[in-house]
Amino acid sequence: MVAFVIVSHSAKLSEGVADLARMSAPNARIFPAGGLPDGAYGTSFDLISEAVKCAYSEEGVILIFDMGSAAMTSEMVVESLSLNKVRVVDCPVAEGAVLGTVLAESGVDFDEIVYELENFSKTE
Amino acid sequence: MQTNEVAAIVKKIAVRIIEEKQFLTELDNAIGDGDHGINMARGFEAVLSKLDSEAYQTPSDVFKVVAMTLISTVGGSAGPLYGTAFLNMSKATAAKTEIYINDFIEAVKSGAEGVSMRGKSTEGEKTMLDSMFPAVRAMQNEANKGESHARIIEAGWTAAASGVEYTKTIAATKGRASYIGERSIGHQDPGATSFTIMLEEVKKAVKNGSFCNSIT
Repeated sequence: MVAFVIVSHSAKLSEGVADLARMSAPNARIFPAGGLPDGAYGTSFDLISEAVKCAYSEEGVILIFDMGSAAMTSEMVVESLSLNKVRVVDCPVAEGAVLGTVLAESGVDFDEIVYELENFSKTE
Repeated sequence: MQTNEVAAIVKKIAVRIIEEKQFLTELDNAIGDGDHGINMARGFEAVLSKLDSEAYQTPSDVFKVVAMTLISTVGGSAGPLYGTAFLNMSKATAAKTEIYINDFIEAVKSGAEGVSMRGKSTEGEKTMLDSMFPAVRAMQNEANKGESHARIIEAGWTAAASGVEYTKTIAATKGRASYIGERSIGHQDPGATSFTIMLEEVKKAVKNGSFCNSIT
């Protein structure tokens, strides 16, 4: 199953998004990577790397981020790991996580989920 | 400039950034999320202890350890941005045991290009690039005229400082400051300011003659 890493400046936000996604997709593989190791607000290269490594399988990992450095740090992690099917996707963090995990749980593959998330709109 | 001189300047930069923590935070409070000073100080404290605990073979190794440390410890946008800048500086100087003034200018240019790539940003968006690129151009101009190291770095710093002044006149279109758009006018960019502070430390070192004995 495609896995997800939720990158946020806040540990609580990333855990909350993971909880929300599990409500609709209880078997989802979703890994929060929010805040800094000491609990401060920010994004941590090391925490995100660890989460992607835990999440990784050949079916792929999608990283969803909140803002600013979360996107850039996620991109640097993806570049440093150079694994197939690991992608940072720009979509709304909560809605994207819910949609993505629901699709993943029903067996949709990596490329299709990436496409759906990149074209996601909350109102259409 | 030899490896130990590069490391000495980086340490001076680290100490200065830590000293300016409050100032950078105040600038960022006005238009951003107020974390620039705290994040940069956290990163450069880690850089200081790394540089004190190990010896490095080449200037490129020093730039690389600065990059990796900032990427791991800063926690805000400055981490990936300055991290990419120092990583590019490391690549630009790879395998050199000593760097000359032109290598330094090329390295800073490559660093600025890295920031532009990572932040998907260009000049005129109220970011550190508004200091970085003008500084590179000014240093290239002086170097082409055959000016002294001191004059070259001085010109780079002057251009960077003018870049900071310029950021006061424009609205942010990148980063957290872009959320307040036009209301960011009148405030200087914290990233452009921290870059200018770094170059100021290089300038002081050159004036004191500790930059290098190398001839361009």
